[in-house]
Amino acid sequence: MNDKEHSNEEWLFEITPKKKFFSLNFKEVWQYRDLLMLFVKRDIVTVYKQTVLGPLWYLIQPLFTSVIFTIIFNNVAGIDTGKVPPFLFNLAGITIWNYFTSCLNDTSDTFKKNAAIFGKVYFPRVIMPLSIVLSNLLKFGIQFLIFIAFYVYYYYQGATICLNGTTLFFPLLVALMGILGLGLGMIISSLVTKYRDFTYLIGFGVQLLMYLSAVMYPIALLKEKLPAYGWLIAYNPLAYVIETTRYMLLNSGTVSYLGLGYTFAVTVFVFLIGLLLFNKTEKSFIDTV
Amino acid sequence: MTMKKDIILKAENISKQYRLGQVGTGTLSHDLNRWWHQVRGKENPYLKIGETNDRSVKGSSDYVWALQDINFEVERGEVLGIIGKNGAGKSTLLKILSKVTTPTTGSIKSKGRIASLLEVGTGFNPELTGKENIYLNGAILGMTKKEIASKIVEIVEFSGCERYINTPVKRYSSGMTVRLAFAVAAFLEPEILVVDEVLAVGDAEFQKKAIGKMQDISRQGGRTVLFVSHNMAAVKSLCTKTIILEHGKVVFEGGTEAGIDYYLRSNQYEAYRGNYINETIEETGFVSIALIDKDKVIRTEFGFDETISIKIKIKVAENHLNAHMGFRVVDRNERIIFTTQVQLADKINSAGMHEFEVQFPVKFLVPNTFKLTFGIHIPNVELIDYQEECLSFEIIETGSEFHIYGNNDNGCVIVDCDWCLTS
Repeated sequence: MNDKEHSNEEWLFEITPKKKFFSLNFKEVWQYRDLLMLFVKRDIVTVYKQTVLGPLWYLIQPLFTSVIFTIIFNNVAGIDTGKVPPFLFNLAGITIWNYFTSCLNDTSDTFKKNAAIFGKVYFPRVIMPLSIVLSNLLKFGIQFLIFIAFYVYYYYQGATICLNGTTLFFPLLVALMGILGLGLGMIISSLVTKYRDFTYLIGFGVQLLMYLSAVMYPIALLKEKLPAYGWLIAYNPLAYVIETTRYMLLNSGTVSYLGLGYTFAVTVFVFLIGLLLFNKTEKSFIDTV
Repeated sequence: MTMKKDIILKAENISKQYRLGQVGTGTLSHDLNRWWHQVRGKENPYLKIGETNDRSVKGSSDYVWALQDINFEVERGEVLGIIGKNGAGKSTLLKILSKVTTPTTGSIKSKGRIASLLEVGTGFNPELTGKENIYLNGAILGMTKKEIASKIVEIVEFSGCERYINTPVKRYSSGMTVRLAFAVAAFLEPEILVVDEVLAVGDAEFQKKAIGKMQDISRQGGRTVLFVSHNMAAVKSLCTKTIILEHGKVVFEGGTEAGIDYYLRSNQYEAYRGNYINETIEETGFVSIALIDKDKVIRTEFGFDETISIKIKIKVAENHLNAHMGFRVVDRNERIIFTTQVQLADKINSAGMHEFEVQFPVKFLVPNTFKLTFGIHIPNVELIDYQEECLSFEIIETGSEFHIYGNNDNGCVIVDCDWCLTS
């Protein structure tokens, strides 16, 4: 009898109404790491299936955008990029900006897009946005290679660009950008399950945000020309990431350690809020979606 | 204690509440209200109101209980059949079991990994090849890459898709997709496998294979299967125990035979009529007609191998003693199966009330829906009472020799022909 009672208490797990405020099971996420990698592989392999140019599309988009930006903002509008060739200046901004937006866009409809599969099988839901951030990192890597190619080209053309000591920390900056995108994406994906309005917001919101994020101009320029709106940039963590990217890679512009510290704090905050909301939503969304 | 029960899964007081109507609009006020109650440490105000989930009856509340106080235990190696009509709460229970949604109250305790085969092919990416999908689907179901790699040969072989294994799944027929998905799940080796109506798809040969595999899983593998199905034949051949859900509650828990019996008897579908009564007959006519089973209980659903009888009570006037009484059986496709009649004079010799009982041959009608038309008439002279399609019933597939073919039309009746080997 004792034996029976004893064995009955050794439950492997228990399914209960989840009431805990925060419960992210890191052990479980680790157990599913193979799934994470397979999702990344799936995203990479399938994205341009049945296209003629295939992964070349990864490169075409930033290159063309840079060309257009160079024509409009530098040649027509006359934005001064200093000693750096405008094309390279734009390419650097666009490459890192793309990483942020693709992370944000792709994670923001996690629940909606995967409702069918989430409604059938259980796995730690956070695997999904994580895999998106990772596969986008790969995409970013490819785009970064093309940036390096142009960098080398311009270098031998005699452009005054050089690296500096901070370049070593560039990977950290990329990670910061990814985490910020992931955090925001998780917040939006959670809200979208109940309030679909956010889908529309994100569509044009991201586009507007780009103009406020110093993608195609140096921060100093905006502060100089529109001193009244300087605060818009000063409070935008993304602007610091992009400005710092250019500093690290092209030795152009300034780096504000205060700004970076602020960005870091915002990122951590957004990410934690994102996790919290995501965690809360994954328990109930299948009944509301 | 002579035998120790090895309980692998235990459900305690599982309930699940849903909100009806337009979810997503106007929920903000409810959200705020709920949050306000929570802040003050009060109970969720929307948990109290709520009623049994009977979709045919209009309720007054926006909240319904899809499941209410579900309790059951499953032993290791058992195949538990979960039976119930559409809307009885089976899918909700499965969703809770597979951790897709959480119960509103109660808990499920498990000693083993639960893997569900809710709807095969979920998580299949049409652009990926069969092999890539095996890995992906396996990982979704909780296997590691290593586990899958060690099983891949068996999985491919069982699915019977060797030739297409490096072709994108979008080029597969639906049958092939199902085979592949079932193969992945079947070789997953979870301690508890949840299967929902997979057998409805795929051809006969594959269904047989799938049932066989599930039997292997439980008998040799010692693993537990939760099997949800409408298919009584499959339940009968697979399950060692059944629970029956009705309007979100467990109404039966016990052996499979008894369970199927209970299901057919209790859970009668409203659309069928097993009983006809007319107490206003003055001269001649049917006073009551009823479909009854071997225990004389009125029913409208019968297993294919059950005894079906019709109890007929008539009132006859003196001048109608020469009439004929008969009935006709028509199936869902309006095919007339047979007509049978009796000359009243052969059976009775006085006016007044008389009661007849007509027994159908056993294992005669194939599983289908049938309607009965009754009549009393004097041939070519007078139609005295005629009740068109006044009764209807269904023969449920509980394991006729044709059950493996699914819903194929195999005719109207089962005929036991004499097959002789002559050379």
